[in-house]
Amino acid sequence: MQNFASEFNIALSLIFRGDAELWAIVLLSLRVSIFAVLISALIGMPVGAALAVARFPGRRVVIILMNALMGLPPVVVGLLVYLMLSRSGPLGVLELLYTPTAMIIAQVVLVTPIIAALTRQVVETLAEEYSEQLRSLGVSRLASVPVLLWDARLALVTALLAGFGRAIAEVGAVIIVGGNINHVTRVMTTTIALETSKGNLALALALGAILVGIAVAVNALVSALTLRAEREGLRHA
Amino acid sequence: MIRNLIRSSLVALGLAVPAAAEEAYIVVQSTTSTQNSGLLDHILPGFEAETGVDVRVVAVGTGQAIRNAINGDGDVLLVHSKPAEEQFVADGWGVERFDVMYNDFVLVGPKADPAGVKGEVDIIVALSAIANSEAPFASRGDDSGTHKAEMRHWKAAGIDPTSASGRWYRETGSGMGATLNVASGMGAYVLTDRATWLSFGNRGDLEILVEGDPRLFNQYGVILVNPEKHPGVRATAGQRFIDWLIGPDGQAAIDSYQLDGQQLFFPNAR
Repeated sequence: MQNFASEFNIALSLIFRGDAELWAIVLLSLRVSIFAVLISALIGMPVGAALAVARFPGRRVVIILMNALMGLPPVVVGLLVYLMLSRSGPLGVLELLYTPTAMIIAQVVLVTPIIAALTRQVVETLAEEYSEQLRSLGVSRLASVPVLLWDARLALVTALLAGFGRAIAEVGAVIIVGGNINHVTRVMTTTIALETSKGNLALALALGAILVGIAVAVNALVSALTLRAEREGLRHA
Repeated sequence: MIRNLIRSSLVALGLAVPAAAEEAYIVVQSTTSTQNSGLLDHILPGFEAETGVDVRVVAVGTGQAIRNAINGDGDVLLVHSKPAEEQFVADGWGVERFDVMYNDFVLVGPKADPAGVKGEVDIIVALSAIANSEAPFASRGDDSGTHKAEMRHWKAAGIDPTSASGRWYRETGSGMGATLNVASGMGAYVLTDRATWLSFGNRGDLEILVEGDPRLFNQYGVILVNPEKHPGVRATAGQRFIDWLIGPDGQAAIDSYQLDGQQLFFPNAR
């Protein structure tokens, strides 16, 4: 068996010594996934909130579908986005395949249903609480969406983090549309897959630990910001 | 075609820069063996420094690389399954095929060698012995160059291993490295290219048991994806890369690559 402890030390010293190659990979992972989550939030939050307050036939079916889409297999999403962006596909002329943009697109498809579904849940609860006030003010259901989203903002951070967790951890979609090209589209998860296939299991595991560490750091940062915002909210109230 | 015509007339009028200048990079569809073995990391910087063209490598199995190239998602194809490559060119997807280099396949397996094939020089005899003993055999099962080669040898032995699929014949449907991990984990026999084997870090109890049969010869070829099929193909830079690879500089670079004192690929462009 390989010496896990020594490989682990190698990986840790790479990250703490500031190994340029590894840091570039880490930063690309963050760039792609954070962009994807922000775009998904811009789409998913209004859609989720609208679905929470709107009443129309088939609403239940839409909600079920959206919840089911949270479980979209990344490989399938990768394949669909590949077929769209391939030179023989409808968007081939854009030359986006094997670029970070293609990876962001794939992750947006994966993350948007998660953010939309969680937003729907949060906003629906809030809308019930506010329903009388909103009605007495004569605000229409859809017009109340921005107010509800704003008031739910702290709870919605969890939706963002759930989306980020999905994006940063998936490998199936980005490896197909990104191609795992060195210095261009290689991210943490595809590096781990590559090192595993080279039989460098300990190094792959150490990189996995770094990925978990990054996820913890991002969550801690967001949690700290949320806490501060909550305190300020209390002070103003 | 028309796009190229427009471009070349614009170039002639001095209104546009030549194609080569705007082709800052090319996408090469290649196989895991050339990447995982470290060969491409060794040879590409030379080409990139000389030409300023960045080479972006997508490393997948030969079957998938060829399908991606048919879709136009690559400018150059560098793979190792000569019959499939010739078909690719015959169907008009590629311009012309050139030999680049070779190495060989080896049959590796557990040191205990339950089928008793160690030292056998005939791959067909060895595979028959494994089938008879029903010792576990891990197959790529992914239409890659190595998988195609393996299937040719089973066919020559008159055995259809897929009828034992799920029993002693295990199709991983994964890359060479992932399949070697499986074989290492379950103590299975597996056919692998020598370059991936030499650079593989999780050998466990596996060792080379059969090698040297001329039928285990493994030829790599390079092809420019046909720009008439896909006008977006970066033909100028792609051709430049092929010329370099099969020319003296590229061939010398391949020849000089060693891992732990062993040469992994042998240049043989004509």
